[in-house]
Amino acid sequence: MLSIENLSKVYQNGTHAVGGLDLSVEPGAIVAIVGASGCGKSSLLRIIAGLELASSGVVKIDGIPLDGPHDRIGVVFQEPRLLPWLTVKQNVGFGLAHLPREERLYRAELALLLVGLSNKANAWPRELSGGQAQRVAIARALVSRPDVLLLDEPFSALDAFTRADLQRHLLEIWRGSESQPTMIVVTHDLDEAVALADRIIVMRPDPGRIIAELPVNLARPRHRAQPGFDAVRHRLVALLDRRSADAALRSA
Amino acid sequence: MTDILSDTEARKHRDARSALFERAGGLRNVPLAVGLILPLSLALVWELAVAAGLSSGRLLPPPSVIIQTLGALWGQGDLSGHALTTLWRVLVGFGLGVAAGTIAGAITGYSRGIARVLDPTVQALRAIPSIAWVPLFILWFGIFELSKITLIATGVFFPVYLGTMDAIRSVDRKVVEVGLVHRLSSPAMIGRIMLPAILPAYVTALRSGLGLGWMFVVAAEFMGASRGLGYLLIDGQQLGKPAQIVAAIITFAVLGKLTDSILVAVTRPLLRWEDRFGQRADSRAAANRQEVA
Ligand SMILES: Nc1ncnc2c1ncn2[C@@H]1O[C@H](COP(=O)(O)OP(=O)(O)O)[C@@H](O)[C@H]1O
Ligand SMILES: [Mg+2]
Repeated sequence: MLSIENLSKVYQNGTHAVGGLDLSVEPGAIVAIVGASGCGKSSLLRIIAGLELASSGVVKIDGIPLDGPHDRIGVVFQEPRLLPWLTVKQNVGFGLAHLPREERLYRAELALLLVGLSNKANAWPRELSGGQAQRVAIARALVSRPDVLLLDEPFSALDAFTRADLQRHLLEIWRGSESQPTMIVVTHDLDEAVALADRIIVMRPDPGRIIAELPVNLARPRHRAQPGFDAVRHRLVALLDRRSADAALRSA
Repeated sequence: MTDILSDTEARKHRDARSALFERAGGLRNVPLAVGLILPLSLALVWELAVAAGLSSGRLLPPPSVIIQTLGALWGQGDLSGHALTTLWRVLVGFGLGVAAGTIAGAITGYSRGIARVLDPTVQALRAIPSIAWVPLFILWFGIFELSKITLIATGVFFPVYLGTMDAIRSVDRKVVEVGLVHRLSSPAMIGRIMLPAILPAYVTALRSGLGLGWMFVVAAEFMGASRGLGYLLIDGQQLGKPAQIVAAIITFAVLGKLTDSILVAVTRPLLRWEDRFGQRADSRAAANRQEVA
């Protein structure tokens, strides 16, 4: 159980990126976070990941406060961030240095199999396409079997086809892993949010906070033509619209 | 260095680069030996000109005489002796310069605070043409090995220092974060992220340092040596033996190229992952840097 209590972040330049945010995510749930650019989504994820210090508030896993990067939390960034000096397989095994070599390679190969890239195990990262590289990044994050997987706009740099492909892939992997991790996915793609999430969190800036939450009770596997999909999407658009209407009022 | 761009951007770069690569492919297929055509023809023309009596060849001896001189020097065991002396000086000076430059560059690269204290002084010292140290080094360390090696190490120090500091500072924060989320300890962060990330720039710095080492050994041996290729140069000048001078110059060139190639060959396996236009662009960049230095 991941819980965030009264979390705030004020950067040194005075930007109030997150202001008093509360959120609990039950184990194995998929939560999507949407909101205009600059509303603190990345800041929130970076604090959970331990890459940024909170100004106040706490992030807890099973009641234990976190104070930095944690081995039960995996991260997938917007860019693959593969280490160019390691082969694909070595990249996947990067977080398993504490394991004996055999076990490490076995797990890395297994993870590559899951993301469908066994044939690229010995390739260099520069030899991969954008979508393949991001799949390797997902494999790298999953290989240490985290309880929580954070993804910050993981597919936004990809073309629409690759993106849909990877969303499907991500869900398959998630379903296939022995302990399904909690996933928090930041996205600006509303279809992606509806396709992936059990709950969609809508954030608003200045300071970054949650203004609405939308449960998504659609059957899986989901697809865009499914009954109910558009209804959820419309409610989301309305929520976001209200947001921009408010913003227009405020700046007038 | 590792440019971690957004994904599509990175792919665009890759595509552009491979297109360039293919266009240059025509040139790449030209055998290496074509590079020999120009110098060999010039040598041949000069040989013929001297043979035909168009020139006495007194100031610039024809290739045959130079080869004879090289052979004679080699035969007496002189050339290898002088060359080894010079090589030894370069290697010791290079080793010391690299050690000092790497340590100092690593410290100032890591710590902005220390850099603020240390770097202005180093930069000021760098502005001094290193040859200007010669009289002082002779006063301090005498005319024997110590002053020579100090001078060479001084020359090697600066490019290695700058290269190391720059390389560390320009390591991508995004790559460092990958280490952070995997909870690397400080030594692991250095060994698994920082070292591999700076390696390409560091090797370039080492090559610049080595080039300067070869430049400075000549200056060092001009300041009174009884052995070494620099001594052969001075000796040739004083006794009016241009063939000996040219022979020494050629030996310098061969040794300089040889040591650089060894450095490249030793480090290449570590840099296989690099995504670069090609060796050609590499060596040109290295050569430019040497000229600037
Ligand atoms: N390192 C930083 N220093 C100062 N301000 C920052 C930093 N990172 C983000 N911000 C600011 O915090 C706010 C939220 O940013 P971010 O979390 O990246 O939003 P989002 O991911 O939702 O687009 C923005 O106003 C941004 O300019
Ligand atoms: Mg963001």
